[in-house]
Amino acid sequence: MAKTHITMKVNGAEVEGLVEPRTLLVHFIRENLQLTGTHIGCETTHCGACTIDIDGMSVKSCTMFAVQAQGCEIMTIEGVANADGTLSALQEGFRMMHGLQCGFCTPGMILRAQRLLQENASPSEEEIRMGISGNICRCTGYQNIVKAIQYAAAKINGTEFKEAAE
Amino acid sequence: MIPGPFSYHRPSSVADAVKLLVSLGDEARPLAGGHSLIPMMKLRLATPEHLVDLHGIAGIKGVRRDGSTIVIGAMTTQHDLLASEMISKSLPILHETALVIADPQVRYRGTVGGNVANGDPGNDMPALMMTLGASYTLQGPGGTRSVVARDFYQGAYFTSLEPGEILTAIVIPAPASGHGYAYEKLKRKVGDYATAAAAVVLTMSGGKVATCAIGLTNLSETPLLAEEAAKIVIGTGLDEATLKKAAAAAEEIMSPAADGRGPIEYRKSVGGIMVMRALKRAAARAG
Repeated sequence: MAKTHITMKVNGAEVEGLVEPRTLLVHFIRENLQLTGTHIGCETTHCGACTIDIDGMSVKSCTMFAVQAQGCEIMTIEGVANADGTLSALQEGFRMMHGLQCGFCTPGMILRAQRLLQENASPSEEEIRMGISGNICRCTGYQNIVKAIQYAAAKINGTEFKEAAE
Repeated sequence: MIPGPFSYHRPSSVADAVKLLVSLGDEARPLAGGHSLIPMMKLRLATPEHLVDLHGIAGIKGVRRDGSTIVIGAMTTQHDLLASEMISKSLPILHETALVIADPQVRYRGTVGGNVANGDPGNDMPALMMTLGASYTLQGPGGTRSVVARDFYQGAYFTSLEPGEILTAIVIPAPASGHGYAYEKLKRKVGDYATAAAAVVLTMSGGKVATCAIGLTNLSETPLLAEEAAKIVIGTGLDEATLKKAAAAAEEIMSPAADGRGPIEYRKSVGGIMVMRALKRAAARAG
């Protein structure tokens, strides 16, 4: 099958590649661009481990073809940290609140949570839970992931983070 | 899981997309949000030789008012619906339904047009469109035609779409102001198809139901309109006996499959419960 030349912006840098139309975006990101922070979990659009940000949308990159991302602007976990290399508010939240155990779901969780906070700067606990309902974690029981996102929201908004009583 | 090989086409107009579908024939499929088709392709349950991506077509995305109707472009995503003020105001049942479809990521890509055109009995929008009396605009080699949602669904994945035709818009008569509505969906988890779901749109007058339509999701090979059940509640104040009678009438027309969501008897029984809950909630909302 003939290959197609594609270009897009990933984490601020122009990238290009040759792909078959059937190449999934997640495979292009991991194999052609060698950005292996975006994980492949279920490959069936359920788990959210491959979530990235495309033109302001959270997308499961296993369910989009790389050719469809032509001209798009993409952010993966590799582009999340602050420009000076320090952790972003969400990364810090996941660290401080122990929002991960095995870490497999974390890139997808952080990319999804980042878009959620951009759309809703002060989500309630329920809005956070619904907001990450397309991302599966099999370690934490979500409790600390929710806290990590609350921590990040408070930090971004300059408010005090109060841990809810359990 | 890698889909089979195919050629990718990205036309910039509906006319070009139709031309491509006609010239490429049976082995070509239109690609909307891709969240039904791409998973099927990964499993090799679908192996189209050509995909005609509709994302490059301007003018078939977005919500607009046209006289007494609301027109939704086929490529409008579920996320777009949730963000639309016009939908929240004029067709709040669409907002309520979009929220229980799949998960946030899927809603950014999944389109309303794909949801209604695919003919998947598990999809939520078709029963809703039947309930609302919507019609679909289909554009094909022979021109443009309109098919009412209530006539569109013929079997599982089998619709009135002819080869080369593309569903480009959904036209919904704006419900009366003060109407009551509810979409009740029982599902095992976020992202699952309905075990059973019911859509209700009604108006009340003097404490009694004046008009009512009831739709059912995933309780047969096609979405269903529970006409007898709706007739039963009109003119009543929705007392317990009437609700039970309506649920029984709705159960009469259900023929769900036994699957991981439960045996037939269970799915029919909860289908009836969804009808009762949706009726009660819709009546409570009616002004």
